[in-house]
Amino acid sequence: MAGKTLFDKIWEKHVVNNVEGGPSVLYIDRHLIHEVTSPQAFAGLKARGIKVARPEKTVATPDHNIPTMEQHLPIHDELSRFQVNKLKENCEANGVTMYGLTHPYNGIVHVIGPELGLTRPGMTIVCGDSHTSTHGAFGSIAFGIGTSEVEMVLATQCLMQSRPKTMRINVEGELQKGVTSKDIVLYIISQISTGGATGYFVEFAGSAIRKLSMEARMTICNMSIEMGARGGMIAPDETTIEYVKGREFAPKGAEWDKAVAEWRQLPSDPDAVFDKELTFKAEDIEPMITYGTNPGMGIGISAHIPKVEDIEKASQNSFKKSLQYMGYQPDEPMIGKKVDYVFVGSCTNGRIEDLRAFAAFVKGKKKADNVTAWVVPGSKQVEKQAIEEGLRDILEEAGFYLRQPGCSACLAMNDDKIPEGQYAVSTSNRNFEGRQGPGARTMLASPLTAAATAINGVITDPRTML
Amino acid sequence: MPIDKFVTLESPAVPLPIENVDTDQIIPARFLKATTREGFGDNLFCDWRYDKNGQPKADFVLNDPTYNGQILVAGKNFGSGSSREHAAWAIGGYGFKAVVSSFFADIFKNNALNNGILPVQISDAFLAQLFEAIEKDPKVKIKIDLENQSISVPATGISEDFDINPYKKKCLLNGYDDIDYLFSIKDEIAAWEKAAQ
Ligand code: SF4
Repeated sequence: MAGKTLFDKIWEKHVVNNVEGGPSVLYIDRHLIHEVTSPQAFAGLKARGIKVARPEKTVATPDHNIPTMEQHLPIHDELSRFQVNKLKENCEANGVTMYGLTHPYNGIVHVIGPELGLTRPGMTIVCGDSHTSTHGAFGSIAFGIGTSEVEMVLATQCLMQSRPKTMRINVEGELQKGVTSKDIVLYIISQISTGGATGYFVEFAGSAIRKLSMEARMTICNMSIEMGARGGMIAPDETTIEYVKGREFAPKGAEWDKAVAEWRQLPSDPDAVFDKELTFKAEDIEPMITYGTNPGMGIGISAHIPKVEDIEKASQNSFKKSLQYMGYQPDEPMIGKKVDYVFVGSCTNGRIEDLRAFAAFVKGKKKADNVTAWVVPGSKQVEKQAIEEGLRDILEEAGFYLRQPGCSACLAMNDDKIPEGQYAVSTSNRNFEGRQGPGARTMLASPLTAAATAINGVITDPRTML
Repeated sequence: MPIDKFVTLESPAVPLPIENVDTDQIIPARFLKATTREGFGDNLFCDWRYDKNGQPKADFVLNDPTYNGQILVAGKNFGSGSSREHAAWAIGGYGFKAVVSSFFADIFKNNALNNGILPVQISDAFLAQLFEAIEKDPKVKIKIDLENQSISVPATGISEDFDINPYKKKCLLNGYDDIDYLFSIKDEIAAWEKAAQ
């Protein structure tokens, strides 16, 4: 019998039963909720006359709708305020812990889970949010669910799920200087397309992945959804254990030792078989940037936008429509293109390490006058740390301003919207039409590329400034 | 939420031959501030459907009186992007009962099924034939038979079979949802929890 994958081991440990010819009933260890995808689920519970089954396994944070300035004041947008208040009401009525606005633990749901030690190896973790895949970086099965499924988990702590296929993506070798984990993931998506991993749970492995910090691993798992995957994961190792150790809700004492012993058993067995396996060379990866309106439309920053004839026939119309939206021509270079906004933040690149990298790059330089920059920490804790480490001072000297935490311009549900027709280099994860505001044009890139671009005022290869 | 039963559907279709239609296009984020499931149909494909002043854009298919019906036929990789179930509510709210494409994003597929909307995944070749049939005759009816898992155009005689998880099929045919099932095994869950501790 072949060995087991990391995914198999966790999945099998959480199956309550298998429905004949159908999905499995999966037990959920951690349920994270936010204000946008939970109200209808709570309303559903109420209609059924029931309460949350295991309130201690659910944690809530408002993040999508909140302002990133003056958070001590009431939210002025009426609908946002109503939705955030609704979350509070629902949590109170059901005994669910919520880290509300201005609470020291508030922040983007996928940033606070890991930093509080709520996210741990071997767990099943769900949230009504596709980027729940982020938590897989710890060697957990973590994936996004819809609101009906949120209701299911609130009602029963279980979820009906069909077992996905497994894929391993290996990245081997040494990264070039100036190339980050964001570039790795944008590169993989550009190679396999936004549907390339649909139906699969992806384990990222290989020597280049092993060397990454937890923050960098989270960036990769975060965007596994952008290749269509149900989720992404990375086997826990010393880096993982070191990161979790001592965090607020991490196990302590004898519990800790027991947990660590279990975590060490999780990595895929050497003879484990995956339904699909791909390998990429780290040396092939340049700093990446997207030119179109889905995350698969990425190229090495020194490359040109593809020509129409390079695109598969059936996709040419969608390609042309996309370039038209962006105001770009086929075969143009990306370097030197005009930029109006730079957005640093989101659950992809809003962690302390991202702010450190950005600050280190802009230190002693000046932001270009034509660029409006929004630097948004992923959580209250990231904000606090950025201030304590002196990052805020560095940013301010270089002409930047550190806002307060939240999803912000990643999806522009609050006031942080990129105006129509304007160009934004963003460290977030989606460049869909209108994602950052109606008519906004987004180029996805790493914090380093964002920093180089903010300083030069046009799209810039960060390697030329290192 | 009990769902509507789905057995067979015969209806003209609305063609949307665009690939990678993502959930931000289906329902833009600014409409996600509602706390109920109602009313999302009015904003389905909002930014393609209306101009800045809220006027319908004549060149978008939902504004073209030539096309209507309860089936949306869309290009490859439909529903990628966010997990927002609001996308399924918008499609259902507008009046679609089925979406046909040659590829669906996973979460969208689940969300649609959980709301009684049938995602019908067909081959690229059959999708091209459907678009052709609709272009020739915008009123041509498409028939979806869930029991037999087949989709056809009776007028032209083309048809193809499609896959669906047998459990999900049973749910749709009978109009019951996962929570009903999970409640029926409540004791089993409690026993499992106890043993796992
Ligand atoms: S930062 Fe963006 S992608 Fe992440 S949870 Fe918020 S809206 Fe979603």
